Amino acid sequence: AMALSEAARLRAEIERREQELSALQGQLASVLAKEEPGSELPTLQARASLSLAEILRYSRQLVLPELGVRGQLRLSRCSVLVVEGGTAVPVMEKDVEMSNLHRQVLHGEAREGLPKALSAAASLRQLNSAVQYVPYHLALSPSTALELVRQYDVVADCSDNVPTRYLVSDACVLAGKPLVSASALRLEGQLVVYNYQGGPCYRCLFPKPPPPETVTNCADGGVLGVVPGIMGCIQALEVLKIASGIGSGFSQFMLMFDALEGRFRNIKLRPKKSDCAICGDSPTMTSLQDYEAFCGSSATDKCRSLHLLTSKERISVEEYKKLWDEQVPHILVDVRPQVEVDICSLAHSVHVPLSKLEGQNEECLKYLGKRICKEKQRTSSKTAFPVYVICKLGNDSQKAVRVLQELPDKELGSIVAKDIQGGLMAWARKIDPSFPQY
Amino acid sequence: MAAPMSLVVEFGGGAELLFDGIKKHQVTLPCQPEPWDIRNLLKWIKQNLLKERPELFIQGDTVRPGILVLINDADWELMGELDYKLQNQDNVVFISTLHGG
Repeated sequence: AMALSEAARLRAEIERREQELSALQGQLASVLAKEEPGSELPTLQARASLSLAEILRYSRQLVLPELGVRGQLRLSRCSVLVVEGGTAVPVMEKDVEMSNLHRQVLHGEAREGLPKALSAAASLRQLNSAVQYVPYHLALSPSTALELVRQYDVVADCSDNVPTRYLVSDACVLAGKPLVSASALRLEGQLVVYNYQGGPCYRCLFPKPPPPETVTNCADGGVLGVVPGIMGCIQALEVLKIASGIGSGFSQFMLMFDALEGRFRNIKLRPKKSDCAICGDSPTMTSLQDYEAFCGSSATDKCRSLHLLTSKERISVEEYKKLWDEQVPHILVDVRPQVEVDICSLAHSVHVPLSKLEGQNEECLKYLGKRICKEKQRTSSKTAFPVYVICKLGNDSQKAVRVLQELPDKELGSIVAKDIQGGLMAWARKIDPSFPQY
Repeated sequence: MAAPMSLVVEFGGGAELLFDGIKKHQVTLPCQPEPWDIRNLLKWIKQNLLKERPELFIQGDTVRPGILVLINDADWELMGELDYKLQNQDNVVFISTLHGG
């Protein structure tokens, strides 16, 4: 019993100190956030030998002939710029969110809401206090990128969107720095070392950005937590090899990882392109450009919002709540994929995935028609029957409304279809806080 | 006259979602007067494998920006791109580049 009460006392004490710590971290964050970024990095001095502590700490890799003392000394005066996104080791701009934690292992529960750069630096400091960490709580932009990249020896791109990928690569070309770039989505990962030993840059490989509608982010497409961790570890390995002078084998090679099959593949890439706009023989780009305009998308991994319908064809979650409370006869169609419906749904909704609607799947249309017919019996009104469409965020629901509007009357009878703006996430935020947000 | 040809055609990085989520396809191309090249293969894929929204995969007579084509584990740029003459048992991969992290 004594031991139990002692344990309880210690737990309470730990919790008290954790709260204190998290309050302090919050204060630190707000102080640092006001600091002017872009101040010069202190120069790292070349040294002739390792300290006693360093030899103890790194002995297991010092005995590797590939690295040795020489490599370790090179590492000790090397600086690496890590551009945040998610891939295991983040820096810059964003705050830690609960949905980051399953894959971004430098952030813990206690640091939810802290700027990611600060959270990452705090974690790293706990692992190794002898390394200098400089958190930049800012968005990398065409006006700041070059200045920043110039101060470092190697750059690691762990970002999560197309405009930032181009920005980082172009800045590395202009500053003459090697770029270790890794990405992950669903159960796959890719890694390339760009602008290194005469190899290609990102633009050599992808002269034109992908159409924005073909780009999937981790929120929409999903990502298994371990996959970015694996890619982040390989990325760290390549950074370490470049920084220590061992060198990377991934210039002009892409590593592809398929976690489902458990397969790594090495792909031989094209060489540096002589007509590349930034690293070619006669480059047309000599400074950084507007990358959001170039890519037609914004430099975040946040979901894009579609504007397909007019305001008359949409209702807000508040309006929907009202007609639900008043028991106005209608049908609510949830058009999300099955995996998302498994996470949560509104009990009275009818589930018909958008893909089935778009394919005019006979079975699904029949089922929907039947549900509409049944609900119609509650009303004697002869006007077009209201059908409301909902999805996660209010994009797919607009597409579904268009599909429903274009169906001939014989399919579902006379209906008037509208979508619910902001979807189920707006419902969770504004109407029902007990509804899951994912 | 080109003899029928067996290939392994793979899709990855999310491109497989346009093909019913199936990544690996054993494909037999029929006999045709001219030799099979990637240009013809793309047409054949569009007609025979592509289930939905072809514009997310093909633009004009080539793949859309952001899709990398690999022939036997090498970037198609090294192999002649659209003009590469397919050989029996070739492995052709269409991979959508990832940006997330």
